[in-house]
Amino acid sequence: MAPHATRPVDIPKIFVGDTPSQLRCQGAWITRMLAPLEEQIVAMSYAAGEQLQIEASEITALDTSGAWLLHRTVRALEARGLTVQVKGLRPEFEALLQLIAARAVSVDQAVARPPGRLTALGLAAWEAVRGAQGLLSFLGEASLTWARSILDPRRIRWRAILHNIQTAGFEALPITGLLSFLLGIVIAYQGAEQLRRVGANIYIADLVGLSMVRELSPLITAIIVAGRSGSAYTAQIGTMKVTEEIDALRTIGIGPLDLLVLPKVIALAIVLPLLTVYTDIMGVVGGMIMARAQLQVSFSTFLHRLEEAVSLTSYVIGVGKAPVFAVIIALVGCYQGFRVSGSAESVGQQTTVSVVQSIFLVILTDALFSIAFSWLEL
Amino acid sequence: MTGNVIEVRDLHTRFGNAVVHDGVSFSVQNGEVFALVGASGCGKSTLLREMIVLQEPVSGSIRIFDQEVAGLSDDEALALRRRWGVMFERGALFSALTVTENVAAVLEEHTALSARLRTEIAAVKIALTGLPPDAGQKYPNELSGGMRKRAALARALALDPELLFLDEPTAGLDPLSATGIDELVRHLRDALGFTIMMVTHDLDLLWRVADRVAVLGEGHILGIGTMPELAKSAHPLVQEYFYGPRGRAAREQAWKQR
Repeated sequence: MAPHATRPVDIPKIFVGDTPSQLRCQGAWITRMLAPLEEQIVAMSYAAGEQLQIEASEITALDTSGAWLLHRTVRALEARGLTVQVKGLRPEFEALLQLIAARAVSVDQAVARPPGRLTALGLAAWEAVRGAQGLLSFLGEASLTWARSILDPRRIRWRAILHNIQTAGFEALPITGLLSFLLGIVIAYQGAEQLRRVGANIYIADLVGLSMVRELSPLITAIIVAGRSGSAYTAQIGTMKVTEEIDALRTIGIGPLDLLVLPKVIALAIVLPLLTVYTDIMGVVGGMIMARAQLQVSFSTFLHRLEEAVSLTSYVIGVGKAPVFAVIIALVGCYQGFRVSGSAESVGQQTTVSVVQSIFLVILTDALFSIAFSWLEL
Repeated sequence: MTGNVIEVRDLHTRFGNAVVHDGVSFSVQNGEVFALVGASGCGKSTLLREMIVLQEPVSGSIRIFDQEVAGLSDDEALALRRRWGVMFERGALFSALTVTENVAAVLEEHTALSARLRTEIAAVKIALTGLPPDAGQKYPNELSGGMRKRAALARALALDPELLFLDEPTAGLDPLSATGIDELVRHLRDALGFTIMMVTHDLDLLWRVADRVAVLGEGHILGIGTMPELAKSAHPLVQEYFYGPRGRAAREQAWKQR
């Protein structure tokens, strides 16, 4: 007989037998057949009486799940004060039932109880405190690494910095350029309608120039880089943590922050201002093309006006914000990477948190800069 | 109709120019513990992956439960997969789920049982593998290596398989935990009566648990039989494998004690 035919597929049943004090079990009590049986047992009105006999000789197959269901039924009946006797079970099934009964003493302990509301609140608060502590100690360690590297420049990993410059900077050129070019077009297009109405066509250069150079271009570049590179930092460090590579680095005497964090921070602080200069140009070019198409402002007129409209201060402010954003993105990305705990899901969670947090912090910092500059009257 | 659970005939596997299997044939009978051994890189794990339909051989036939495994449709493969359990070398437990949830997830996918019963059955399986009751609510990364193997075994047992594939069940464990796994495998086989196909290079496990062993090397089966039979084999590679510096007297002892 072929092996797969050794398990008959008689539908399992349980029902009250000839006398009310007899329950009869039939068929194959095996995992894939159990679902209807479970319903039968739930729906069954148990036979009354002091003594109950379970006639099990007609059970044709029994596996561990089936044995558990039988055992559970017996236990539930006994809990109602009945004396239950299982009769006629084949010897090999009897052995299995004994095995299950012996092992299944503490099923309840296997399930984690969700914490109560107060406990959950406490845990959340504690988690927040721990998170703040973690952030502080991460910043401390990063500053120490930074200080050590300045005192001993040989510790700086130049190769890692160059690699990061390529991945976070050079490879980001197409997407950042395209997006800021489109942004320039959109601003010019929206502004053109209003400016034409008041006959102030030439001021399109002020509109595009100032908004791009001072605000939008640093911001959009930082946001793209946060999504592109910040998330990559978290995923990389997080995965290295899951696979214990971080611990391995420590054991061979390489500080993980030396190798993984500092080069990223330095590289991004170099690259982001450069990217910002590049997106400034792309955005202005986009605006310029739109200005000629919509408002008949020639390229030379536009550039001439741009010189007057965008002061050096505005330009420096725009580019000057970039290194700050860079440090935020790199530190948040790396910090969230180190917070990954053990599981694959945690890598995903922390990556999400990393991107959301760094974009939030970038925009918040930008707002703080605006307030500060207006106080300083820049 | 052969009575064999697994039947491999004239199997050939190549990766590019590297020949892994060059005509491998063997069969595993119903209810036996069959072990596949061989040096690292001899293609044991590849063969296992081919049997559990994760990889396709170049040519040859693998029949499991009298059904040809190569070229199965997804539905047919699923029907077959529900009848066997696989324990991976490194456990491959879902890291986002607790141990109980890992086992119950299999039941949820393949049965219509209530959540309560699923959890109970999962707890029974976990208890069967000898894990302490509170292990069920832990996450895989909170478990030691030995406990993780047991948890992986519990998940492999979730659907009460007729055939169990074990990939290196004792690799990376200390001798005490490894012995625990040996006994567990034998105990469960005796109690639940399934067929076991395992890949290993743990000589202790072979002596203590395996009914029959096949030695894979140079792309062929170099020898097949019970451990004492193999120990008498004249093939130099088999000799080297069993009579290496790691001793054998104690193992012969282990066989006699079974």
